[in-house]
Amino acid sequence: MNKIDKKLLEQIADLHSTPTGVFNIRKNGEAVARHSDAEIEIVPKKGKSGIDIIVKNGVKNKSVHIPVIVTKGGFTDLVYNTFYIGDDADVVIIAGCGIDNPTCHDSEHNGIHTFYVGKNAHVKYVEKHFGSGIGKGGKILNPVTNLHLGENSFVEIDTLQIGGVDSSLRTTNATLDDKAKLVIKENILTTDNQQAKTKFKVNLKGKDCSVEVVSHSVAKDSSRQEFLSNLVGENECFGHVECDGILLGDAQMISIPKITAKCVEASLVHEAAIGKIAGDELVKLMTLGLSQEEAEKVIIQGFLMG
Amino acid sequence: MLEIKNLSFSVQENGKSKEILKNINLSLAQNKLYVITGQNGSGKSTLVKIIMGILSQTSGQIFFGGKDISSMPIHERARLGISFAFQSPVTFKGLKVKELLDIASGQKNSLSQNCDYLSKVGLCARDYIDRYIDDKLSGGELKRIELAMALSRKGKLNIFDEPEAGIDLWSFDKLVSLFSSVKGTTLIVSHQRKILEIADKIILMKNGEIVKVGGKEEILPLTTNSSCTKLRGENE
Repeated sequence: MNKIDKKLLEQIADLHSTPTGVFNIRKNGEAVARHSDAEIEIVPKKGKSGIDIIVKNGVKNKSVHIPVIVTKGGFTDLVYNTFYIGDDADVVIIAGCGIDNPTCHDSEHNGIHTFYVGKNAHVKYVEKHFGSGIGKGGKILNPVTNLHLGENSFVEIDTLQIGGVDSSLRTTNATLDDKAKLVIKENILTTDNQQAKTKFKVNLKGKDCSVEVVSHSVAKDSSRQEFLSNLVGENECFGHVECDGILLGDAQMISIPKITAKCVEASLVHEAAIGKIAGDELVKLMTLGLSQEEAEKVIIQGFLMG
Repeated sequence: MLEIKNLSFSVQENGKSKEILKNINLSLAQNKLYVITGQNGSGKSTLVKIIMGILSQTSGQIFFGGKDISSMPIHERARLGISFAFQSPVTFKGLKVKELLDIASGQKNSLSQNCDYLSKVGLCARDYIDRYIDDKLSGGELKRIELAMALSRKGKLNIFDEPEAGIDLWSFDKLVSLFSSVKGTTLIVSHQRKILEIADKIILMKNGEIVKVGGKEEILPLTTNSSCTKLRGENE
């Protein structure tokens, strides 16, 4: 791994060296390192690019790293990764993609991740996206996450787009069985002319299932963000979407909520608030000795990372 | 240590200028405890906000430690040693108690240091240090954290705007003794008799003016028994 590879892996997966445990590192469309163990197996797909990650029933306290890095300009990567999470398993999956584009041609990564989560399983899925590079070519990321949550399973998704990504379309589709619970936390920062769009569709099929989506976005300069959510309550269930955004400069932000209740016992809520940094927050921090610029930085950092 | 000269503050209301503070002249000495009291709307909170730089005076000057701070921004006044506790604490999305205590004290505090600041206001650090300063905390909890932040600044001039608001009676008694122990000069906006009683000097305001500055023996008889929202003898 060269210096740029290491920087990208550090940014997206907090990796400072080859991870221990189960991992698959993909660079410019090819697997460059992979390791399975007796409990979690990584198998290359046949006929298309990607891997199957098979977590056996009852596996506890294990982690899987599957970062992707792209360091070529004018390159489009498409990968299909499928996760089979066994019943009663408890795993943390660290994914994410970093693009360093040294050219004037666009680089793009499209990661299609599909999860089949077994009964009573517990999954934490962390996905960070990051862009860098001296070239003027775009850094484009279009992740798709399809989730099938089995009975009484729990999935928590943490997504973070921390900077340097020129364009992203993040799509999440989920179907929840009885008593399943899905928590999605999304934090996105856009600057300059960057664009980020997020689309959620969650089908709450099972009795007593629930979803909680919390999106915190900061749009600076002339960037643009769009947030579309669609909760469909097909049973006695609970769904809550919270979309908070901070706007600075000439940025734009759009939040389009849709909630569809197909059952009288479905309880669905959408909250959205977009605006500039609250004046009283700035003033409070300034009374503690921070300049306005320092106070803005602290507020944005807390809003995105808190 | 603080000198206010000929300070006035006006706002525009329905196209007309309304004077909120009129020709305020005030001098605060080092290491003394002052309490500003007076009716609602007499200009107490406006005056302390102008001292902190949150509002800008229409005319007049403010000197702090001999330095003219009249047009100095809030954070520079804070860096000179003026601390301010708000009447209504501000909430944040994503900032924790420990992060704000670190910012307030200008250093990375240890758990025991944060414990010191929080225990002074009746909170256990272990229960609160990792809590977010958001609306999941009660008004009383937010108020105590606000006071802890102000105390952690170790200011030369410590301003508290109605610190009793939102504090229960039992804690209030403890806070009163806490104010007596604050080092530096303390300036409290309050209606509460117990706070007035610990003052070295009371500043009595009415209709945007300072009507009297004096010791409690001199000022307290001018106020009603329960609070200072009305001056004695005034019609309701």
